[in-house]
Amino acid sequence: MLEEVKGGPLLEVRHVSQRYKGGSDEDSPAVLDDVSTQLSRGEIVGLLGRSGCGKSTLLRIVSGLIRPSAGEVVYQGEPLTGPADGVAMVFQSFALFPWLSVLENVEIGLKALKIAPDEARRRALAAIDLIGLDGYESAYPKELSGGMRQRVGFARAVVTHPNILLMDEPFSALDVLTAETLRSDLIDLWSEGRLPIKSILMVTHNIEEAVLMCDRILVLSSHPGRIASEIRVTLPHPRNRLDPIFRQLVDNIYALMTRRSTTKQPGKDGLFPGTGIGMVLPRVSTNSLAGLMEEVAAEPYNGKADLPHLADSLQMEIDDLFPIAETLQLMRFAELEEGDIKLTGAGRRFADAEVDARKKQFGDHLMAYVPLAARIKRVLDERPSHVANAARFREELEDYMSEDYAEKTLRSAINWGRYGEVYAYDEDNQSFSLENPT
Amino acid sequence: MASRFVAFTSLGRRALPNQWDVIALSLIFGLFVLVARGSHDMVVPLPSPDSAPISLDYAYLPYYALRTTLRMFLALGASLAFTLTYATLAAKSRRAETVLIPLLDVLQSVPILGFLSFTVTFFLNLFPGSVLGAELAAIFAIFTSQAWNMAFSFYQSLRTVPDDLAEVCEGFRLSSWQKFWQLETPFAMPSLIYNMMMSMSGGWFFVVAAEAITVGDTTIKLPGIGSYLATAIDAKDIRAVLAAVVMVLVVILLYDQLMFRPIVTWADKFKVELSASQATSKSWVLNLLARTFWVRRAAAPLEGAFEWFTSLRLDLPRLGRRRNSSPVVSRAVDVAWVVVIGLIAVYGAWHAVLFIATTLSWGDVVQTIGLTLITMLRVVVLLTLASLVWVPIAVWIGLRPAVAERVQPAAQFLAAFPANVVFPIAVVGILTFHLDPDIWLSFLIIFGTQWYIVFNVIAGASAFPNDLREAASNFRITGWSWWFKVMIPGIFPYYVTGALTASGGSWNAAIVAEYVKWGNDRVSATGIGAYIAQATEAGDFPKIVLGVGMMSIFVILYNRLLWRPLFGYAERRLRLG
Repeated sequence: MLEEVKGGPLLEVRHVSQRYKGGSDEDSPAVLDDVSTQLSRGEIVGLLGRSGCGKSTLLRIVSGLIRPSAGEVVYQGEPLTGPADGVAMVFQSFALFPWLSVLENVEIGLKALKIAPDEARRRALAAIDLIGLDGYESAYPKELSGGMRQRVGFARAVVTHPNILLMDEPFSALDVLTAETLRSDLIDLWSEGRLPIKSILMVTHNIEEAVLMCDRILVLSSHPGRIASEIRVTLPHPRNRLDPIFRQLVDNIYALMTRRSTTKQPGKDGLFPGTGIGMVLPRVSTNSLAGLMEEVAAEPYNGKADLPHLADSLQMEIDDLFPIAETLQLMRFAELEEGDIKLTGAGRRFADAEVDARKKQFGDHLMAYVPLAARIKRVLDERPSHVANAARFREELEDYMSEDYAEKTLRSAINWGRYGEVYAYDEDNQSFSLENPT
Repeated sequence: MASRFVAFTSLGRRALPNQWDVIALSLIFGLFVLVARGSHDMVVPLPSPDSAPISLDYAYLPYYALRTTLRMFLALGASLAFTLTYATLAAKSRRAETVLIPLLDVLQSVPILGFLSFTVTFFLNLFPGSVLGAELAAIFAIFTSQAWNMAFSFYQSLRTVPDDLAEVCEGFRLSSWQKFWQLETPFAMPSLIYNMMMSMSGGWFFVVAAEAITVGDTTIKLPGIGSYLATAIDAKDIRAVLAAVVMVLVVILLYDQLMFRPIVTWADKFKVELSASQATSKSWVLNLLARTFWVRRAAAPLEGAFEWFTSLRLDLPRLGRRRNSSPVVSRAVDVAWVVVIGLIAVYGAWHAVLFIATTLSWGDVVQTIGLTLITMLRVVVLLTLASLVWVPIAVWIGLRPAVAERVQPAAQFLAAFPANVVFPIAVVGILTFHLDPDIWLSFLIIFGTQWYIVFNVIAGASAFPNDLREAASNFRITGWSWWFKVMIPGIFPYYVTGALTASGGSWNAAIVAEYVKWGNDRVSATGIGAYIAQATEAGDFPKIVLGVGMMSIFVILYNRLLWRPLFGYAERRLRLG
């Protein structure tokens, strides 16, 4: 095995870009755009960003599961061409084989390596021991709690003695208490040097988790995914969430992630990717929008709230909270600035209004600020029949974004339009109309 | 010395076979002996046709049943081998997929029973003068009734393997051979086993038809339940027919208890689910084997060998799906592929037309269209009738868990029972009361297949959410609106699944049901089934090809135009939860 220069990078990501599947031409929308970074021995690096920023894609490129459209990953001096020896992954969904026992699940990591069965058994038992799964060797995954299942996921990754451990939101499928236990167990093993691992790269959308665990945090912006900033965390382990420096770091990252894009493109509103009709809309229910406006309008916030505080009291992760807040910003019901959310006049009026007035106001804002909704309404108005097939809008959207995003965006337009009573949608024949059933 | 005594007994308890070993070993050795006896007789020379080897003595029945069962399991093994290769090829290679999957879809719809005469001739010529040819022909006939749905289910499982588990295999660099045994096959296991059970039921229908077959002047009667039944029919011996019915029931019960029940219970662990399910199946055979010592010890080397076999790296060449060369070359190969397949298809169709045209004219084509329409009318009317009768009854049963628990196994059992075994009894009735065969023979078409509707609807009604039932009664929804707004939409996906299976089976049944014999009496109804059956008896091959071809076209159209849209609608709109 090639022994790298001491202190040199373990793995290097060089100008990696990734485009949507099928889009081979230059203007197809990018998931990742010119990302470069490196991983050194002895550090935990966090990839922080919201859903759709390509952080999981980047992790899979590093693991060799996906080949990038452009750029390369260099591992141990060689460009990566597929899954490599010494890179192991822990999955958000645990990804355990339900028909294998805990021990067999851990041993599967050694199947591809030509290791004698006795040696494999010994190493698997050692890994199980290390991760705290003693006594569960013959249990099947479905008998275990979520936390225990993820421990199996860790043991399976550790058993191969990898140089790099990749973790794809490993704690996000767990409840708060379990996640905290697993995090601190992992950090303890890491700081005591008991893990046979040289470096960890983890994906997360939880800001506090990133600050709690990582030595370096790469904040990714969305659509296309780029490294927006890099933050070093020098606090010693174990870190205390109530430490003022810790809080300050969390606040700073919130502010960073809500800051308006400095290179503002003409016609680009808020933080959503794309412009005009090609804007990707998140799937946010109108109840959540109304609920957040009411929450911010009421005591103790009185129209202006600190996002980390709000996220904490509502028990929401940024993946849930940001899309709602940003939709409010897009529709001019609120403004996001430096980690705060502030209701506009319209937002305050909405919070105080009755149902019919709310719907009227929502419809007006929808027409004014969401180009796709306005477009649908205009097409319906122009046609003598006042009916339009959804497929035509879907195809139009697919020129700008992937099929998945087109579907999501259209669904949002349908739901918001229904609430604002600007147009109706008939699920059976998949068509928009101006008529509601009478 | 106390301690030594303890050590001795524990040692003794370990090494000596326990009582469970005795029971299990007698089961296993009994099975070995049976298989050996049955298979030994498979390769003896073909007796002369007039020696009539089938005896109606009841004492021979268990032996005949053994031969029949052996045939069925050999066919099942062949189907399994076919499934593992054919479906895997279709799932892994995009180009193979474009041909194999439509082909499978057509094979599923073709009434294979009609082609029996061809396959019999083919296999007899392959092994002239030996029973082996006839045996293989029968096994092949059973195979054709079992393989398609198994292959389909395996293909669908391979295409829906969870992404994260596939990534684990790739991340740990398992070879495609290892991945096949570690991930893909286990994942496909539950639905494959369910389909094997359905196939086994379907196979009975064919084995009865395939063991005793007359093509032109050649009459073959392989020792088996089917031949026993045919002989009983020739001899007009109603008691022997009843004995055959009982024997079939016993055999079905035996293999269900000894084989499928243990396998289903064992396969529970392959279900991909987050938590242990409430309803787990139980099997006394599996419990018995788990309690044995010697048997488990003896099985360990086998397990080890299997483990070794599946863990081999065997880096097979990767099939197309991932590696693509330049898009232009790939596109060109695609086009060439489609052209080649198209040419082969055109050549095949041309040959078939030429073959038919040797003796037949357009008049025959028009005649077969008319006959197929009549048979289709029969299938549609009877499915409707069966639905009208059984849906309300099945819903009533399904909503009462205590009743459903008892009725459900019976319904599944009846679905497995080969209905053609009881056809002679119906014929006796028709002859005795001078009934119109065009009407009364029709009921035989649905006789064996209606149970699919029954047990699927029972399952649907049992799974109907309790809160919806409570809401319906809370808002006092009763009468017609209860049926049409509440219950029927709720069970519809289940009903469609059942009716689809029933409809497929009914087309096949038409070939046997529209033309039934009792001694020298022949009762026939007007329809394509009778046309094919009569052509088979006369050895008129062009007519068989035309009849089966026409029927296949109708079945495919009928499935595409009626069942597929209905199925899609049910899955999209009415699937609860």
